[in-house]
Amino acid sequence: MVQAADSVAVRFRPVAAGTAVFSELCTSAFRWMLLARLLDEKFASLYRAGKIHGGVFLGRGQEALSVATALALRPGDVFAPLIRDAAGRLAFGDTALDAARTYLGSALGPMRGRDGNVHRGKPREGLLPMISHLGAMISVVNGILLARRLKGIQGTVGAASIGEGATSTGAFHEALNQAAIEKLPLVLVVANNHYAYSTPTSRQFACDSLVDKAAGYGVAGHRVDGTDLEACLKTLQHAADQARAGRGPQLVVAKLLRLCGHGEHDDAGYIDPKLKTSPVGRDCLKVAEEFLLQQRWADAATIAAWRKEKTHEVEEAVTAAQREPTPDPYEEDWTALSSGQLREGNE
Amino acid sequence: MSLTYLEAIREAQARALRDDPRVIIYGQDVGAFGGAFKATKNLAGEFPGRVMDAPISEDAIVGAAIGAAIEGMRPIVEMQFADFSTVGFNQIVNQAATLFWRTQVPCPITVRLPFGGTSGSGPFHSQSLETIYAHYPGLVVMTPATVEDAYSMLLEAVAIDDPVIFCEHKYLYYHLKADKLPTEAVPTGKARIARAGRDLTIVAYSAMVHEALAVAEELKTEGHEIEVVDLRSVKPLDTDTVMASVARTGRLLCVGESWPWGGVTAEVVARVATEGFALLDAPPMRLNAKDTPVPYHPNLWAAHRPTARSIAAAARKLLRQ
Ligand SMILES: Cc1ncc(C[n+]2csc(CCOP(=O)(O)OP(=O)(O)O)c2C)c(N)n1
Repeated sequence: MVQAADSVAVRFRPVAAGTAVFSELCTSAFRWMLLARLLDEKFASLYRAGKIHGGVFLGRGQEALSVATALALRPGDVFAPLIRDAAGRLAFGDTALDAARTYLGSALGPMRGRDGNVHRGKPREGLLPMISHLGAMISVVNGILLARRLKGIQGTVGAASIGEGATSTGAFHEALNQAAIEKLPLVLVVANNHYAYSTPTSRQFACDSLVDKAAGYGVAGHRVDGTDLEACLKTLQHAADQARAGRGPQLVVAKLLRLCGHGEHDDAGYIDPKLKTSPVGRDCLKVAEEFLLQQRWADAATIAAWRKEKTHEVEEAVTAAQREPTPDPYEEDWTALSSGQLREGNE
Repeated sequence: MSLTYLEAIREAQARALRDDPRVIIYGQDVGAFGGAFKATKNLAGEFPGRVMDAPISEDAIVGAAIGAAIEGMRPIVEMQFADFSTVGFNQIVNQAATLFWRTQVPCPITVRLPFGGTSGSGPFHSQSLETIYAHYPGLVVMTPATVEDAYSMLLEAVAIDDPVIFCEHKYLYYHLKADKLPTEAVPTGKARIARAGRDLTIVAYSAMVHEALAVAEELKTEGHEIEVVDLRSVKPLDTDTVMASVARTGRLLCVGESWPWGGVTAEVVARVATEGFALLDAPPMRLNAKDTPVPYHPNLWAAHRPTARSIAAAARKLLRQ
């Protein structure tokens, strides 16, 4: 697929600002962001048309941070994305087709209709399938990193995404503390998009900045403007490098704004209009596009061509998923155990 | 050689660590200290790096075990007391128990729960939680009643590809002894006839098996032959063995140490009543702990959970019907 070629080519080379390689990384990141945005928009329109069972959760406004997280990783690394990570998932190796399959309930998707929308992943390929319970994925990443260490495998980095709201969970605390004690190569990326569903940050934490927490855990902290692709790429790359070099967990805190509802059912009427017009409310995709144009790493015609290409890719994925069989309750084995001999009969 | 239930658990872990490099142990104080009950005594020294002290973070302990399992390890988690597993409950029931069903990647973790009442332990160090775990799809729940089962079932728990909740009874830790470790075992999912009889079936598991056996002995002097079925695992639950026993005796009393609302005893009675109603000569009975937290004082504690005395009283009543 085009996607894989896009990322792997650039992901491995050392990146320094202003170099040709960095321009490649930026354009590659932008293309993933574009694909993610278009895919999200497609799901939103399918949702409005009543074609999707259950909710639709978008990453609009968070693509730069998400893609930067994934592009800081290498094959063999681990990524635990959350609901706003369409871009990062794609850059990490998830496909538009598997995204469409999961949203549309295809039996051929990774979750086979057993789980939907953003709850997808391939644990053996390092892409963890989030459970809904926020905070719960971080310690799972820790466990993989611990196991790698025990097996003598070096150089793995694990990244986990979390919203500022979920930093209030006990699971977040336990897992970050655990990673700190074990000095694990964990990059924990906090997207402070200012609202957890409708709850503003003032009802979530009382410290000045979430990055202040890093010191308390004894881990490195980084802050970044989540609307700025260039800054996100550099910060995440640096954080991943530090983790890979054995400097322990890295807490990255990005400020940005969710440019959509919590889910597509939500009109987000609670978002302070002043935030929308402030720098934090910038659309990272537009910022990135302007940056590429300004650097002359792409011209308007090229970007238009990419948009067309990605639109086509989205259409193809959705059309393919729509043609695929849906799960058949009569074919289901209706067991949650892998050990056949321990299965109990169902009534 | 004589070996306690607790020592059998230690030996099973030593053997698992020895036989399989994928096995690791993770829990509070399990390292150099050897665990709150000494179930991991000397293991950290014998298997360097593989028996790890954990922070007081049950959620992250189980979460990390799940991650390690995804990575191909066979983690054993020791909860210091079953009661504290509720802090890791989310990871157990929502992450571990759903992983295979969602992704086809198995989650071979074993979570050891030192459980059950010992007098003086009070509401937060005495709980029996097999019921809540058995309720969730995707978990295997073992409740060994003998030294031999403690050993062989723990080894089996580690070998099983699914998450296993291993309920080890704290009272049995020191009170049960065996001469030697078993070399073969009945597979999990099969109940055991702990004592044969023809007048009444008592279905029990874990420590209650021994109370039931004492009752069978006592009632023998009154001319009754009681059959005792040891469930061994409450999930899967061996309905066939229970049903066959009830077919022989016509009477069922089911005993559990956990609370009365729902639970293992209710499940057994429901299955027999719905699938084997015609086998019953009298209404089935069940005995559980009282519907309060577990009390601290021995006077209250002894009356809170079923004992040989209360089981004998229930059995006599059922035999008169
Ligand atoms: C433990 C837990 N409690 C509640 C929820 C319901 N819930 C889902 S998303 C959400 C808000 C999350 O906010 P945040 O962590 O800031 O992430 P964002 O949605 O802003 O990306 C809530 C409360 C949940 N999924 N998990």
